[in-house]
Amino acid sequence: MTQPAVLPTTVVAHSVGKKVPLTLSIFAAIVLVCFGALGSTASAHFGLSSAGDAFTLPELVLPGRISNLIIGLFMAGIAALAWVRRNQARPLGRGWIIAFAALFVLSFLIWVVSGARTPSISLAGLLAGAAVLAVPLVFGSLSGIMCERAGVVNIAIEGQLLGGAFTAALVGSMTQNAYLGLIAAGVAGALVSLVLALFSIKYVVNQIIVGVVLNVLVSGLTGFLFTTVMQADAELYNNPPRLPIIEIPGLSAIPILGPILFKQSVIGYLMYIAVAVVWYALFKTRWGLRVRAVGEHPKAADTLGIKVNATRFWNVTLGGIIAGIGGSFFTLVAVESFTKEISGGRGFIALAAVIFGRWNPIGAFLAALLFGFADNLQVILTIIGTPVPSQFMAMMPYLVTIFAVAGLVGRSRGPAAVGEPYLKE
Amino acid sequence: MSAEKTAPAPAKNDLFKQITQGPGLVSVLGVIVALIVGGLLIAVTDERVATTAGYLFARPSDFFSALWEAGTSSYVALFEGSIYNSAQGFAPFLETLTVSTPLICAGLGVGLAFRAGLFNIGAQGQIIIGAAMAGYVGFAWHLPVVLHLLLVIVFGLIGGALWGGLVGLLKARTGAHEVILTIMFNYVALYLLDFLMNTQAFRRPGETNPISPILDTTAVFPALPGSRLHVGFLLAVLLTFGMGWLLKRSTLGFELRAVGHNPLAAQTAGVNVQRAMIVAMALAGALAGAAGVAQVAGTEKVLTAGIAGSLGFDAITVALLGRSTPWGTFFAGLLFGAFRAGAVNMQISTGTPIDIVLVVQSLIVLFIAAPPLIKAMFGLNPKKKKIQAAAAATQGGAQ
Repeated sequence: MTQPAVLPTTVVAHSVGKKVPLTLSIFAAIVLVCFGALGSTASAHFGLSSAGDAFTLPELVLPGRISNLIIGLFMAGIAALAWVRRNQARPLGRGWIIAFAALFVLSFLIWVVSGARTPSISLAGLLAGAAVLAVPLVFGSLSGIMCERAGVVNIAIEGQLLGGAFTAALVGSMTQNAYLGLIAAGVAGALVSLVLALFSIKYVVNQIIVGVVLNVLVSGLTGFLFTTVMQADAELYNNPPRLPIIEIPGLSAIPILGPILFKQSVIGYLMYIAVAVVWYALFKTRWGLRVRAVGEHPKAADTLGIKVNATRFWNVTLGGIIAGIGGSFFTLVAVESFTKEISGGRGFIALAAVIFGRWNPIGAFLAALLFGFADNLQVILTIIGTPVPSQFMAMMPYLVTIFAVAGLVGRSRGPAAVGEPYLKE
Repeated sequence: MSAEKTAPAPAKNDLFKQITQGPGLVSVLGVIVALIVGGLLIAVTDERVATTAGYLFARPSDFFSALWEAGTSSYVALFEGSIYNSAQGFAPFLETLTVSTPLICAGLGVGLAFRAGLFNIGAQGQIIIGAAMAGYVGFAWHLPVVLHLLLVIVFGLIGGALWGGLVGLLKARTGAHEVILTIMFNYVALYLLDFLMNTQAFRRPGETNPISPILDTTAVFPALPGSRLHVGFLLAVLLTFGMGWLLKRSTLGFELRAVGHNPLAAQTAGVNVQRAMIVAMALAGALAGAAGVAQVAGTEKVLTAGIAGSLGFDAITVALLGRSTPWGTFFAGLLFGAFRAGAVNMQISTGTPIDIVLVVQSLIVLFIAAPPLIKAMFGLNPKKKKIQAAAAATQGGAQ
């Protein structure tokens, strides 16, 4: 390292260091040696069609060792390019890194599947499942982006999701209307956010403290009410109706993409809409420019007449609504009842998606898809019997986030003023 | 503390100020308000309260007595389970001390990092790694008495220190934010332990559940006969003294506090800020590792995947309530330990779920973190009140 990193916010600039080419070289070597040379010679079978498709795609069969050696050579090529670029003092483009990561994922898939007891998985099913598992992660990460783009750290995503899940189950059961449950979940998320906003903006309490404590508070509150209210009369209070899966006729029969895009619950469709809307609003509207100004340089924003704390307040509240709706996925789509800690740490994976997606809604959406993919793959791999322990698959989102924030594969930087309260002088 | 008061504080490190400053009165009031809110929550969800509310206007006294009884009976049970009851005498208090031990150790770890300006959310992961290493030494190695326990403690501390120090290293070298790093490291540790518990080396022979062999008798803390209280509590006391000495009397402690106040100023004054960050996180990890040791070699005597429970997150609230001073953290750990111990009894005798402790605990921290809120509730800030009144008068009633 050439420069000392003194403050959490002062981060080393974009120097063209050895880290990126070195990291890429290591990964290329892993693929060539572990997945290729030492990998299974059996073929990996990937099913590309699922039931209800308009036409059937043939099964994809890839010989394990040879495919991985070829992929490994491509990856080594990108790593070599990175070294060349470093010598020219130019950074490697993001497209190359994404291609590299995609190749790695593909090679990993071939390696685990070809080494499994039954070397065959349904890729179509894997992707469709990943898109479903990603739903709460996407909503959670959008909440994180809404808050952090305005300069408020949101560690409370987990609490917002959990609060939304609980309220959706409670209101959904009492009214026997899943859509009312969905709305109530948004209100619950907003309530969690209001506490976050009140304490961090009005009382200027450290935002991370409020977030951490809020998670504990929501966990305790929902756990307490679950035992005292829901379990006392589960029929009445913990029996929400499911949101139906809506198929769009015709389009849902497209192989692979159909089930992902056109065979979803209302929450699933809302997810795609929310990503598009948040992205457009943040980056293409005057409102978004103001929000980002508040998050990057509140003083300058204030000088131009933007109400910093009001903007933050509304953004945090909106973020809460989004995450609350995402939380209702657990009790209205995934399962039909609430249990303690049903969000199971997914709020933190959502936080990881925010960072890995570089505080961009589309980036976070892709990151959440990747994490959902890992989550789903872990389940499928246990079924087909691979040598990779499922725990290491489960670690993946956290490990890549550590890599991302530590700048080993491209630096991930948040809005400049995030976490700093704004006090008018 | 005296050193801090005389030292000029040029920093705008609000985290540090919030945690270490603030009158004791606000803390006490915060605890009281949180207990009242918790009591109301218990009362509102009580069945008898709900039925009497049905004829509230006919016989309001029934409703209010039910409300009062529901709230107070739970707290009486909490007290009887944590301090004293007529049947067992002060035996529950020993249980409180037992439960407090890991809370105090891990709380000290979080607090020490706070003092160096670092937000250590990673106590959970550090406890897990510390407990895993200490536990492994405890059941896999067979060594003579004293030496065995000593090695268990040392390996537990090293495990925690490695896990914490790694975060410090990454932060110092790359500038990555420690909050994100520690959250991610918590989950990596969780799955790592889950993996280990399913390996031959860690799982008890002939057992399908992920549970380790029982630790050797030479590897566990001696316990007070008739209770679960073990010598690990003395370790917690020792560590509290140690942290006090470190922060007040040692050069290293001075450097850590300097970095906590203002890293730029500290660097200008010749402190190696990067080194201080790594050391602070490693020490914080070691303290959390001690909590892991207390769990595995004291309270549980066996390693399980859930060995850390929610200790790491409770430790954050302990450090916040204790304002990151060694003895503040110690007593905060005792208080929350009492809640934990008493909650078990409360659940048995009044059916109030243990989760209420989480609610009260988090409310306490929220209230004490926002003194203006508490002061406004009790009208303790006449100056501000006057300003508010004046503002209200001019704005026409808006508070």
